[in-house]
Amino acid sequence: MSTTQIHFANIKHGGDRSFRAGAIAAAVIVVLLVLFVGIFLAVIATPSLRRDTVNFFTSTEWNVGTGTLQFGIAGLLWTTALTAVVAMLLAVPVAVGTALLVTQYVPGRVGSTIGFVIDLLAAVPSIIFGLWGLKLLGPFLGPFYAWLQHVLGWIPLFSKGVESTGNVLTASIVLAIMVLPIVSAISRDVFAQTPRDHIEAALALGSTKWEMIRIAVIPYGRSGVIAASMLGLGRALGETIAVMIILSQTNTPGINVSLFAGGETFASKIANNAQEFDSPAKTGAYIAAGLVLFVLTFAVNAISRVVADRKVR
Amino acid sequence: MAKRIEVENLDVYYGSFKAVAGVSLVVEPRTVTAFIGPSGCGKSTVLRTLNRMHEVIPGAYATGKVELDGVDLYGPGVDPVAVRRLVGMVFQRPNPFPSMSIYDNVAAGLKLNGNRNKKVLDETVERSLTSANLWNEVKDRLNKAGTSLSGGQQQRLCIARAIAVKPDVILMDEPCSALDPISTLAIEDLIGELKEQYTVVIVTHNMQQASRVSDRTAFFNLEAQGRPGQLVEIDDTETIFANPAKKATEDYITGRFG
Amino acid sequence: MSVTTTTLAAPRGGRRAKDALVRALVYLSAILAIVPLVWILVSIVAQGLPAILSASWWTQDLAGTTDRRAGGGALHAIIGTLEIGLVTAVVAVPIAVMGAIFLIEYARGTKWARVVSFMVDILSGVPSIVAALFIYTLMITLLGLGRSAIAASLALVLLMLPTVLRSTEEMLKLVPDSLREASYALGLPKWKTVVQVVIPTAFSGIATGVILGLARVMGETAPLLILVAYARNLYLSPSTSNMGTLPTMINSGRNVAETLPGYERVWGAALTLILLVMGLNLLARGIARASRLKDR
Repeated sequence: MSTTQIHFANIKHGGDRSFRAGAIAAAVIVVLLVLFVGIFLAVIATPSLRRDTVNFFTSTEWNVGTGTLQFGIAGLLWTTALTAVVAMLLAVPVAVGTALLVTQYVPGRVGSTIGFVIDLLAAVPSIIFGLWGLKLLGPFLGPFYAWLQHVLGWIPLFSKGVESTGNVLTASIVLAIMVLPIVSAISRDVFAQTPRDHIEAALALGSTKWEMIRIAVIPYGRSGVIAASMLGLGRALGETIAVMIILSQTNTPGINVSLFAGGETFASKIANNAQEFDSPAKTGAYIAAGLVLFVLTFAVNAISRVVADRKVR
Repeated sequence: MAKRIEVENLDVYYGSFKAVAGVSLVVEPRTVTAFIGPSGCGKSTVLRTLNRMHEVIPGAYATGKVELDGVDLYGPGVDPVAVRRLVGMVFQRPNPFPSMSIYDNVAAGLKLNGNRNKKVLDETVERSLTSANLWNEVKDRLNKAGTSLSGGQQQRLCIARAIAVKPDVILMDEPCSALDPISTLAIEDLIGELKEQYTVVIVTHNMQQASRVSDRTAFFNLEAQGRPGQLVEIDDTETIFANPAKKATEDYITGRFG
Repeated sequence: MSVTTTTLAAPRGGRRAKDALVRALVYLSAILAIVPLVWILVSIVAQGLPAILSASWWTQDLAGTTDRRAGGGALHAIIGTLEIGLVTAVVAVPIAVMGAIFLIEYARGTKWARVVSFMVDILSGVPSIVAALFIYTLMITLLGLGRSAIAASLALVLLMLPTVLRSTEEMLKLVPDSLREASYALGLPKWKTVVQVVIPTAFSGIATGVILGLARVMGETAPLLILVAYARNLYLSPSTSNMGTLPTMINSGRNVAETLPGYERVWGAALTLILLVMGLNLLARGIARASRLKDR
């Protein structure tokens, strides 16, 4: 047997090279897209911001006709924050309740069917939520609103708002319903992973079902639920169409703190004026609002990730 | 405080599958009884019926009588939650509550029953940890997390947690199988001390452990795969290991199967 | 302490009551979650069914009709939605799949993977209106092009990309490494391994993710509002500046009075859209279940 030198040639197939390049290109595209979104919005918004004659952050004015340029986001910030916060206050308890139901009270086929139905809510497009909220939910809740105003009207939150039912509260309720599936699904996942050991230890001590949940399930799932809620908050902040359709626009300046007031969120204001982006200055004002929204949702999502990662550790 | 257990004609079902058939035995107060037998013979299942823990699995139920000092745990109107306050359990893997400190873990059972008096809690925590031979090791870090202890210490913590509520019976489901030999010996010594105040029933895979620790031993076995588990023989430990009455027991003891 | 049956009865009133209360609340929350879904579906079907049951709904557009006049159909909107969805998918899916391949097959565990993954997370949090604004500034303000259906598709790509990428990533992760090693052991180069072994193994999962992503973007309205004007006629070319879609058809008619024929059309469009989206969802789940059963 003759000895031959065995070469392990480094054969780089042509196919390998181009395929790898393609994968890297895709990743680069993703990164560039994100960076560009931020940069572009900032670049286009800046000239308008410079020419703004009122304070961008504290003013509630919005006059962007030809010649004048006064725009401030205080009103938008208030309405955006109020609708999102109220939506979360409504959605999170219900989501946690459904998650507990499916994982602790009715597990098995029935439980997963209930979970499936709740997940189906996530498939409904937001414009349909908007239509339903405007035409059906709002009028249905009208008498309830009137009663609330009558009984609690002395609290600023429940004072007089707009006449129609297209108010902050209706929008918040619809937002809550839209956000519910995602918070519920993540909470369900987290609760289902509670180690059996801890559940049994709690039960062996003679705890009732609720006590067992309180001792074993909820502490285990707490950070997951928080992360899920922050994710939901991010969605609620950015939701455009449902809010645009439901919320009556008001032309009165200043901030009405009532839950029954109308108003506009960052997203709905941009959408309401989408047909009027004719001059660069005007467009820049709306893009500035969009930029604030981008930063806001980014911050909320970042917090959500931090909370989720801390749990994994 | 320690109670007598009488089991009469106990059958255990998981859905329509009969897992255990016709178990009858007596456990005297202040003794340690070991359940031994091959895997799947039903010894853990029977242990869990003594505090109605099997009912945690959907579709599981038991027929027959389990009496604690003459009171049937499966009688009408009896709440499983109440049963578990009287019969404590220690599990195979130590499972202190991770969200609670050492102190809170031991006090968990008391707090559930409404005891909030700090003095009472302090006393009980100290007494329980002392009885579990853990006090000296943790008395200076009672507010550290329960999971910061070693495996053997965690299991002693779980024992302290179980005895803090002064149960009538302590059930132990292979309490040492996840521990190293030194911690195992420590727990076995502890069991010897616990039996002065409690009735103890322990499931174990380890026959040497059973012969070291228990006064009485019960041998469970399956007739064949798919048949329900049965109690083959129960007697004083010495007798079971030296001179068992049934051949199956002798075969198991001498290692011919299982 | 002697054991009596009263000691073995249920725990003291307070604990029992709390347990029962929590149980009631938990069931109540499930009802609260399901009622809106049922209400929405029932009302849309009730209000929209008459409109979509006529053949003309599916074969005619609204050219020449107004909200006051009956007749016509939703063909322009249906075609528009499908077309924009298709263009979006054609652009987004390759990038998403290749991006997932980058993360799992080439860069797994490296710092680059973490950076890209972070960026994908940010992208998935971008609201639809912001994505639309970005495309607006890019194509219309900067490049001077007008509105078009393609612009709307590109905005939707930004929305579809992260979801499909993430779900593809999860599917690729599920493919066991032993399969890849077996392929290498046979002498297949890496790219062939990915294309001929990994992707086919993960295919049904990837398809499910694509269909779900598509269902989501078909229901998005904001980019359509900003980037392509609603038209009542049927236009087929993607570069047209006017195109009808189901969401914008609903939006254009949202304030029509109940007594006018246009009102019913709005609900009809809503029903059509829900049928489309739900249909895609159920299709995706069906594929997922079928592949699970096959593995068993």
